[in-house]
Amino acid sequence: MAESTLLVQLGVVGAYLVVALAVGIVAYRVTGRDAEDYYLASRSIGTGVLLFTTFATLLSAFTFFGGPNLAYASGPEWILVMGLMDGILFAILWYAIGYRQWLIGKARGYVTLGEMLGDRFGSKRLRALVAGVSIFWLFPYVMLQQMGAGEAIVGLSGGAVPYWIGAAVITLFIIVYVVLAGLRGVAWTDTIQGVFMLGIVWIAVGWVLSAAGGLDAVSASLAETNPEFLSLGGGVYSPQWMIAQAVTIAFGVAMFPQINQRFFVAKDVRVLKRSFALWPVLVVLLFVPAFLLGSWAAGLGVSVPEGANVVPVLLNAYTPAWFAALVVAGAMAAMMSSSDSMLLSGSSYLTRDLYRPFVNPTASDEREAWIARLGVAAFAIGTFLASLLRPGTLIEIGDTAFGGYAQLAFPVIVALYWSRTTRQGMLAGILGSQLFYVAHVFLPSVTVGGVTVLGPTYFTWDFALYGMALSLVLTVGVSLLTAAAPDERSETFAIGTRAD
Amino acid sequence: MKGRKTDYLWIGVFAVLVAFAIPWFLWGDATTWLGLPVWLWWHVGWMGAASLAFALFSRGAWDRLMNVDPEEVRFDG
Repeated sequence: MAESTLLVQLGVVGAYLVVALAVGIVAYRVTGRDAEDYYLASRSIGTGVLLFTTFATLLSAFTFFGGPNLAYASGPEWILVMGLMDGILFAILWYAIGYRQWLIGKARGYVTLGEMLGDRFGSKRLRALVAGVSIFWLFPYVMLQQMGAGEAIVGLSGGAVPYWIGAAVITLFIIVYVVLAGLRGVAWTDTIQGVFMLGIVWIAVGWVLSAAGGLDAVSASLAETNPEFLSLGGGVYSPQWMIAQAVTIAFGVAMFPQINQRFFVAKDVRVLKRSFALWPVLVVLLFVPAFLLGSWAAGLGVSVPEGANVVPVLLNAYTPAWFAALVVAGAMAAMMSSSDSMLLSGSSYLTRDLYRPFVNPTASDEREAWIARLGVAAFAIGTFLASLLRPGTLIEIGDTAFGGYAQLAFPVIVALYWSRTTRQGMLAGILGSQLFYVAHVFLPSVTVGGVTVLGPTYFTWDFALYGMALSLVLTVGVSLLTAAAPDERSETFAIGTRAD
Repeated sequence: MKGRKTDYLWIGVFAVLVAFAIPWFLWGDATTWLGLPVWLWWHVGWMGAASLAFALFSRGAWDRLMNVDPEEVRFDG
């Protein structure tokens, strides 16, 4: 690759990241120093910003690079999985979990999921467990962003810039950003980036199509080279796999610290309603073009070098260098804001649910803020080091994290809606399903008497689904068998007085 | 009584939206229209329908299923 092209690309990427950083610093200047403002922007987030900040948080390396990579390798059916998952299931959970949490959080002033559950069930242990589990699964997901950034830079520069530099640069930006900006800064940049990515992905589609001879020509070449891509299903896409992916990701997303914490930040109920109705439309607008790009790349015979992502390679082949760099910069910035949101929420879990209750209850706000920022830095460096080992594909690592969070969803839903839920039931449901899930992720599968246990599926269905079922059974079953302790306060979650 | 029926109706609508988000009846179908697979057009239309249904729900039934009165939630809206 010519040196001047490389300079243009790196210049565009660098400039974009610096602009994103500048927005964060401006937001920092208007951010108050108390926790409610730092983490929740004083519960004052409006529709556009809430929608885009949640959306941009989902716009991670998983959707931006992992999805198109999958569409390139196996066909565009991933669009349907994302539609079911993000457009419908998550929207319903947005209402069922999100609105209820918003009602409760608004009345009681909660900032984290663990805090809400710990208070309701009178249990510091439960609070710590929820926070600990959440922080644990954050690790692979932050790592995923760093891997995505590293691979994006490799793809863009044709291998001239090594993988670790991309990963390191994004790590550095993430740390600086979270330490400076707080939720207001993250929400602002999320909105800018969400709009930017939405616009640029369509420009990319138009550009690639016109350069490659139009939609019909692209479609015809895809039908010739990969006819199986146009038919629904086939290859990796079995009904069981598609359903399992959609269900675990949708439920997992609702339990992600950064998403779940968004449930507490809406200014008023109108904001939640509008976001809810706009959700499916936004999903179509973003994911259809992004994943089609991946599939078209296969039809156009674009070859993706080992360890790179298809989108930058495709754009390099069909659009000018500066434009490809702009898309990659936008995607990297989106990954950065995903990571920022995650780490910001993760740090609030760390300080409010673990550090304060267990280590230092009388810590000053200033000290707490320092602990949060040190925690973020240490965590991001840890994930960076792990990302250098590249333990799986973007989709695999994302799946692992989503599945881990999905195990939390049913206990939380049961607690939110069923006043007879007990502390023991919650502990059993969360611990039991986490142990089940962790064993399946980390232990090798074994065959005992012709039956494979700890394998990826049982009866062709993903083990994560069984874990979710287990969490539901344990939470409800143990709650039925145990009595509530005197310090459990089910009235905390009792909302609504409407006569039926 | 009318209230209960409305609740069930909405739960039914959500169930249908979930069930056919993936057009199972087009499984294995590779027909294309205007250069894109028919199942992709289904997806686009279905998401539009879902958005419409969600908008109607948030207008008419939002607080019903939560058992709260609209006045209750106006803390400081």
